[in-house]
Amino acid sequence: MFSFASDLIFDYTLRTVAMGSAVLGMVSGVLGCFAVLRRQSLLGDAISHAALPGIVLAFILTGSKSPMVLILGAAVAGWLGTLKIISIVRMTRIKYDSAMAIVLSVFFGLGLVLLTYVQKTPQAAQAGLDTFLFGQAAAILERDVIVMSIVGAFGVGLVLLFWNRFKILSFDPEFGKSLGLPIPLLEVLLTSLLVIAIVLGLQTVGVVLMSAMVVAPAASARQWTDRLGMMIFLSAVFGAIAGIGGAVISSSAQRLPTGPTIVICISLIFVVSLLLAPNRGLIWSWLRFRRDRKQLHLDAVLCDLYSLAMHHDNRHHAHSIAVLRTMRSDRGGGGVLKSLEELEKFGWVTHISADNWALSASGIDQAMKVAASIGKQPE
Amino acid sequence: MSTLQFEIQLLAAVVAAACALPGVFLVLRKTALMSDAISHSILLGIVLAFFVTGDLSSPWLVLAAAATGILTVVLAESINRTGLVREDASIGLVFPALFSLGVILISRYAGDVHLDTDAVLLGELAFAPFDRYELFGVDLGPRSLAVMSGILILNLGFIIAFYKELKIATFDPGLAAALGFSPLIINYALMSVVSVTAVGAFDAVGSILVVALMVTPAATAYLLTDRLSVMIWLSVGFGVTAAISGYWMAHWLDASIAGSMAVMCGVIFGLVFLIAPQQGLITIARRRLRQRTEFAEAMLTIHLSHHEGRPEEKEESALATLYVHMHWDESFTSRIARRAEENQLVVTEENQLILTDKGRRLAEATMAL
Amino acid sequence: MSEMDKNNPDKNIPAVEVEDMTVAYREKPVLWDVDLVVPSGVLMAIVGPNGAGKTTLLKATLGLIKPAAGKVLIYGRPYPEQRQLVAYVPQRGTVDWDFPTTALDVVMMGRYGHLGWISRLSKNDRTIAFEALEKVGMEKFADRQINQLSGGQQQRIFLARALVQDAQIYFMDEPFQGVDATTERAIIDLLRDLRSSGKTIIVVHHDLQSVPEYFDWVTLLNVRKIAGGPVDEVFTEKNLRAAYGGRVGFLGLTLTENNSVKKD
Repeated sequence: MFSFASDLIFDYTLRTVAMGSAVLGMVSGVLGCFAVLRRQSLLGDAISHAALPGIVLAFILTGSKSPMVLILGAAVAGWLGTLKIISIVRMTRIKYDSAMAIVLSVFFGLGLVLLTYVQKTPQAAQAGLDTFLFGQAAAILERDVIVMSIVGAFGVGLVLLFWNRFKILSFDPEFGKSLGLPIPLLEVLLTSLLVIAIVLGLQTVGVVLMSAMVVAPAASARQWTDRLGMMIFLSAVFGAIAGIGGAVISSSAQRLPTGPTIVICISLIFVVSLLLAPNRGLIWSWLRFRRDRKQLHLDAVLCDLYSLAMHHDNRHHAHSIAVLRTMRSDRGGGGVLKSLEELEKFGWVTHISADNWALSASGIDQAMKVAASIGKQPE
Repeated sequence: MSTLQFEIQLLAAVVAAACALPGVFLVLRKTALMSDAISHSILLGIVLAFFVTGDLSSPWLVLAAAATGILTVVLAESINRTGLVREDASIGLVFPALFSLGVILISRYAGDVHLDTDAVLLGELAFAPFDRYELFGVDLGPRSLAVMSGILILNLGFIIAFYKELKIATFDPGLAAALGFSPLIINYALMSVVSVTAVGAFDAVGSILVVALMVTPAATAYLLTDRLSVMIWLSVGFGVTAAISGYWMAHWLDASIAGSMAVMCGVIFGLVFLIAPQQGLITIARRRLRQRTEFAEAMLTIHLSHHEGRPEEKEESALATLYVHMHWDESFTSRIARRAEENQLVVTEENQLILTDKGRRLAEATMAL
Repeated sequence: MSEMDKNNPDKNIPAVEVEDMTVAYREKPVLWDVDLVVPSGVLMAIVGPNGAGKTTLLKATLGLIKPAAGKVLIYGRPYPEQRQLVAYVPQRGTVDWDFPTTALDVVMMGRYGHLGWISRLSKNDRTIAFEALEKVGMEKFADRQINQLSGGQQQRIFLARALVQDAQIYFMDEPFQGVDATTERAIIDLLRDLRSSGKTIIVVHHDLQSVPEYFDWVTLLNVRKIAGGPVDEVFTEKNLRAAYGGRVGFLGLTLTENNSVKKD
């Protein structure tokens, strides 16, 4: 652990890669929240695939493989792809999912044709364009990190500036329109920011895995909070943690590619969130379910004992556990002894002799309370 | 055309046809992106089965891959069923994770073996015919051709055998459940078919382009017909056309065959999108233009009949100020008024538009719609 | 119009005038040449069978969908100039109630229309939002995540959001849909309060039974306008038959002597 920390500080390559991945995780975490909330989770996948022909074309046109140029090409193609999806959905009866699949695969195919075409030209030998498929985090330079940070800060800044408007766009666009907000314009702006976030990440995690960086931090963050602001903050944090974690882990072992490792990190964060997040987490709701069921049991046994007591002159008369078991026989009569022992801890029942139990005075009060609360529980 | 070229084209066509068949149902059931998810995550199954058998041509690879395909669907659905994550996000969470595992396993443990991620993603059809299938020393053709033909027959058989069930489960899941065949089982059966097809096709065209071959021909056919059976044949036709024209495009450009096939899928889709007789852009534009005038004429007659015999009639039907009341621009208004007069819907008297009987009938008929 | 006039429009001018509104989806008409005049200060229901274009009329009036033809005046001036006078309550089912936000936050959205491009909501906006929650009896739920609210409570939140818009005219799309009896009472009380303070309320409504009890003005719609005016005059069997066709018999309405319809 200590050596990781010192590596992070002193190892130039690792530091650069970790910082780059962290920036990427933060930016895609922030913008991914809006994509997930607007049910456009898979748009990220479509955009990242659609970006490939843009990258290759940018290289063909400029002969440069500087990240800035390629990112610009990716952004233009990603944006065109998004536009194409929207126009297919608007103008035909083809649904959103098919439109995305068409654009994703056809654009990617075009990118592949261009890529194989270009690779036969001599200058492409060292082009390394195919690193965009899986990303090549190790190739990130400090200069790239600075570019990513500036572009990312610009995107996050715009989100903060238009906070309220993006919120209303995501929650209730029609109401926003009735307020006179320029909803279509905001929509274009937000989608463009998503395109930027995605193309920023292509170099690090690659086309195929970029969609995880859009969806997973946001879906994880949503489990921990019910506030949009907190969700976006957490999503950025999760994205950054996954970025740094993935970079550090992949540097610690031979032949452990960075992009997929980052995706595994963020997927683990998601699994933990899904299970453990307070309130929404599956484990908590399972425990709640168990507690409720146990409470129900206790109440049932208490009420059974109470109704037995009501039929007897002496309310504190002891009754046999066998009788109580018969009364619970619809559930097999199991667990009665356990419930009685539990009730005894509260002082509501008394263990008279081996198999005989009686209600205490406070137990009668409690049983009446339970009966009353069951009586008025139609809600 | 050499035997090699012929075999490549034949293989391409068989792959395209096998993909197009389940693709129709993916498009109609709005689960097109499931093909994307499945075609990615099968990598993990292939890698795991390869580690166990150590043989890239083992049939276990196909089974394991198909099982991971199903696993993808099951995982995405169980995440979605918690109610904590929506369906689209659930899919977007599952397949990158499984795919990443596959990639990591390959890089760590299978670096020297012929199983590299590029090949899985991109495929290379041109090399497929070199892997021959021999039985008792007799050459039976390329191995992948045999495998894909088997899958094509399987898909065809599946659709023929369960045509009615697939149709009802797709268009009316409620009815399907009431008739006693579970839409859930149909869904999983379909997803198994998609998985097997994706596995078979992956070393020919690569996993991403499986999506192109499954979804695009089916969506193209959907623009042309409302009938399921016609749609199935059309998508097979489009798929095969894209495969063969894609081969020649690749040949001509000396570029990736799989990529070219996907591009041709897109080109065919684009053409149909433009010229389809009912749904095409050109038809829609022309129909809009024609309907706009017809619609405007009808609106004019309704407007006139609305105010007929009312005190405001003179004001509302004056030719000079009509455009104010119709809220059209002036030239459009006079064009429509002229047309309406030509069609004997109105007559002009003292610069007032007056409905004829025919015009009144049109107004009534339109309102009764 | 000065700021002063905006908050206090001339009540002799009709609050809403819709002229020749025609809307078509994919060239199929859903509203034909509808004229509508809503006097200031009425509580009006828009009723009609399913597919009659009630919601479409509302949305087209508010400029949320583009009509093929038609013009809208709000207190005598074109709608875009008068947007600030109008508040809108959409159908509850149109939004995602699992959105990560609180009841108070949703209500605050009603204040965005009063904001400049960059400016943020102030403390004052917050106070106004909280007061609106009190008016709908939801102040205890201000910090509650919206998916933990019942249908009726969600509807009240939507009403509160419209209240903070501080408008003169309220357009509401099926506010009684799927709410409990208590909420229905609370909503109608609120609408009457609004009317007595001079506001105009237009409600898309589907329950014919309650029209005479709740509303004083009604528009019967079935693709075109069948009739419109005071409930006593317009809510007649003849008009209902015209709007609903023969199906009016199933509506369980009985006719009074003067031929207007009363609740059973």
